[in-house]
Amino acid sequence: MIGQTQNSEPHVLIVNDSVIHCEGSWTIPHLTRLNDALTNIQWPAGEGLVWDVLNIRAMDTGGAVVLHRTLTQLRHDGRQISMEGLRPEFEELLQVVSSNWSQVSGLETSQESYRQRLEKWGTRQAQQAVKALEFLGECAVTVLESLKRPSLIRRQALIHSLEQDGFLALPITGLLAFLLGFVIAYQGAEQLRQFGANIFVVDLVGISLLREIAPLIVAILIAGRSGSAYAAQIGAMKVTEELDAVRTLGLSPMQILVVPRVCALMIAVPLLTVYADVLGVLGGAVIASGQLNVSFTEFVSRFEEAVAIRHFFIGIGKAPFFAIIIALVGCYQGFQIRGSVDDVGRRTTMSVVQSIFMVIVFDAFCSIVLSWWDI
Amino acid sequence: MAPVMAPSPIIEVSHVCTRFGAAVVHDDVSLTIEQGEVFAIAGGNGSGKSTLMREIIGLHVPASGTIRLLGMDSTGLGQMGAQDIHRRFGVMFQQGALFSSLTLEENVAVPLKEHTNLDPALIREIVALKIASVGLPMESATKFPRELSGGMRRRAALARAIVMDPELLFLDEPTAGLDPIIAAGFDELILQLKTLLKLTVVMVTHDLDSLWRIADRVAVLGEGKILGIGTMKELAQSQNPLVHEYFYGPRGRTAQKQYQE
Repeated sequence: MIGQTQNSEPHVLIVNDSVIHCEGSWTIPHLTRLNDALTNIQWPAGEGLVWDVLNIRAMDTGGAVVLHRTLTQLRHDGRQISMEGLRPEFEELLQVVSSNWSQVSGLETSQESYRQRLEKWGTRQAQQAVKALEFLGECAVTVLESLKRPSLIRRQALIHSLEQDGFLALPITGLLAFLLGFVIAYQGAEQLRQFGANIFVVDLVGISLLREIAPLIVAILIAGRSGSAYAAQIGAMKVTEELDAVRTLGLSPMQILVVPRVCALMIAVPLLTVYADVLGVLGGAVIASGQLNVSFTEFVSRFEEAVAIRHFFIGIGKAPFFAIIIALVGCYQGFQIRGSVDDVGRRTTMSVVQSIFMVIVFDAFCSIVLSWWDI
Repeated sequence: MAPVMAPSPIIEVSHVCTRFGAAVVHDDVSLTIEQGEVFAIAGGNGSGKSTLMREIIGLHVPASGTIRLLGMDSTGLGQMGAQDIHRRFGVMFQQGALFSSLTLEENVAVPLKEHTNLDPALIREIVALKIASVGLPMESATKFPRELSGGMRRRAALARAIVMDPELLFLDEPTAGLDPIIAAGFDELILQLKTLLKLTVVMVTHDLDSLWRIADRVAVLGEGKILGIGTMKELAQSQNPLVHEYFYGPRGRTAQKQYQE
């Protein structure tokens, strides 16, 4: 800022029909007022205008922009402008503005049209699809290779991942499964009691939990807990060029980062599902004895008759596939992060949303296929 | 907090001590910066240059001592009502610190949008002018920070720092990591802006070429103290072994020779 910054409002006065008298601070804090005044002013009709700018106390780039724009407009209208009393430092500022002015208009035209944006979006989507396939292919090859030679799997990373994503998830999974069994039995209790069919609470809790709800709730929890962590971890490593360092050391990021995580989840998710089965059924049994007069022993003996072992196996069977989906989506989104901070947040969210979506779609697909086969 | 102009000196650091745990970073550091000068803070890695700058702009509170910036105590800068001071200085961070979710144009426009109620069209004009005056092409205005090169990001950060026409500009390692041609261009740009906008510039730098070219006065930090303060010529005569080492190491000599030619 040049000159004094006393709070003096800028003024533009027309004197004598041809002299424009300017005063005050032509600085950013006062610019709105000034800009309004200049756009609303009725310029004198005469051809020559004299700008008396001696009393402008301070001027910054904003003020110079406004002055320059006004003068350019007036010259464009065919008037002769002369300046009086322009301080050398203001003149310098005006010169910088006028020498860069041609570029300023360039900004307005650099907006993209809808068509361009649509095209960009289309190509981006196509590229994404190719990249996802590429990732899946590379992953499948690496995983198969590691299964052929299990010594390739990083044992330490695998164990660390098992602890983080399996063992440490036990309390929250157990609590949620217990509450779900509790809620299902509780909601069913009212209806069953009306028909005197109290004992069927075992079928209700047992089949729905073992076959669908326990695997699903575990998968959703793990997607939120671990899938997002995978995306963020790998993404952060990408941003800090750690992934490049891994590659230049002759190691494969797939082998080091993806395979241990996929394997760990393939082990952890089925185990967590069994655990969730147990606690969920326990939650149901608590309600059954409390609300429906079905004692624990009755509950267990009915459970043996009513709940076929296949329901358990179907639930457990889906778990490793859920695990693969969650681990791959998380890692894939992590690898897609491109060096910016909001990308990390966006991709992490996407990893959770996409993996839950794909888990449920896969589950629905399983239900359809199994009902065709009458199991 | 009356906005009385030009409390000379513009920055006053007195008896500042800083500790991180047991490590003493500053042990009784005092200096003053006058209006209109290019003041550089130099010193080896870990000598607390950047920390001192962060303390001046109120991002870090020293363990003891006072810092006055534009007549106001720096520790009060985080509080409400300090916006008047904030709009009078601009800061360019080392990595640019551009907001990654905004385009270059939006980044530069942030201070204007937040601190003024100007017409959007006028904001666009001022922003475009600043982008042009730091030497960035208009095509880059719609790009996001991640799509810009390191040098361009630095220029964009400078444009954002000067968009309000501040009186005082802080630069954290403005030329670190830039190639020699771009770094020299950056020095020129800072000098140009300084004369045009009558800026006071405070910069933290290692770059001996920049120090010779644009700094009016330099403070060399080391061992928690100010080892020397003055013009480069005065410092070059310094008897302090650390300052001597700094200026007469192999790189220091080359830079000095070039400058004197």
